[in-house]
Amino acid sequence: MGKNYKGLSLQVIPYSEIERLTISERVKKVLTLILANKIIIIQGRLRAEEEARLIEDTMAMVDHIKNFKGIELAVIEPDMRDKGFMFKMKHSIARSLVGESSALTIIGPCSIVKEIKKDPKKMEVLLS
Amino acid sequence: MVLRILKNFSKRILNSIFGRKESVKIGFYGPPNAGKTSLANRICQDWTGEEIGNVSNVPHETRHVQFKEKVEIKHKGKTMTFKIIDTPGIATKIDYEEFIKFGVKKGEAKKRAKEATQGIIESIQWLDDMEAVVIVLDATESPYSQVNITIIGNLVARKIPVLIVANKIDLKKADIKKIESTFPDYEVVGISAKDGTNMEEFYEALFRLAKKA
Repeated sequence: MGKNYKGLSLQVIPYSEIERLTISERVKKVLTLILANKIIIIQGRLRAEEEARLIEDTMAMVDHIKNFKGIELAVIEPDMRDKGFMFKMKHSIARSLVGESSALTIIGPCSIVKEIKKDPKKMEVLLS
Repeated sequence: MVLRILKNFSKRILNSIFGRKESVKIGFYGPPNAGKTSLANRICQDWTGEEIGNVSNVPHETRHVQFKEKVEIKHKGKTMTFKIIDTPGIATKIDYEEFIKFGVKKGEAKKRAKEATQGIIESIQWLDDMEAVVIVLDATESPYSQVNITIIGNLVARKIPVLIVANKIDLKKADIKKIESTFPDYEVVGISAKDGTNMEEFYEALFRLAKKA
């Protein structure tokens, strides 16, 4: 009998793959992968309105899909590593208006990703 | 639609002539359990003698948008009228089992979770109706949450002026400086909605915010 290994499925989405999609298409793509229990790493970030739509659609799914409890979401900006965390936060909001291809967005189902902790020095992804 | 535009236009003309809006719609937004309703209650109690909603330690106590019309606030000889809009806390996940930990029975916890998901959707949909927004954050919690960035990003996109309130400064763990340095472009006022600490400074900031609306 084979031994059972616990796996973690990460899906990387290049910016080019979502660049031309509409808000609905982007959010649908993300949520389809989330429902397949994948942790997604998007090259780039969603616009503020897309993040809001993602939260809305996630809540609608929590309401309708058994055992689905939501997502964890975080954005990191590797290009600004030398600028200091506060500088990054200041520009983070402005960037969220237009989307940003150099940032990285991590989204996971909360059944797998218990918490994403961000502080000035590090980001921790805590798994369930 | 045309009527609405005309109404807004005439309102703006009147405002520019008389320098004062008849009422400013102020939304209270933020994550769950930050104290949005506690603050809205304190304001409404101070100026109308009535509360706006229930508060509780159990997250997502507010699951519907609730509001109080014509709240007339007097501060340093000036008077402004507000429509206070208290919104459900915005989160990316809802787990009914979290409510059970607070002693809520399973059936009630499931019902609460269902209502909470709808409340979050309602909160987001109400963003378009706000003229100014007070973001209430728990000063004892980390402010680096993506939900906070998402809320502020959406307000900036809609050109809605923002004031950040660091609530619960009566608690030892409270760290206003962390919130100030996280959001350096915004005015941050530290208060305790529970015991009323710093409410004068809050009203001062609220009047400044309303003038931008």
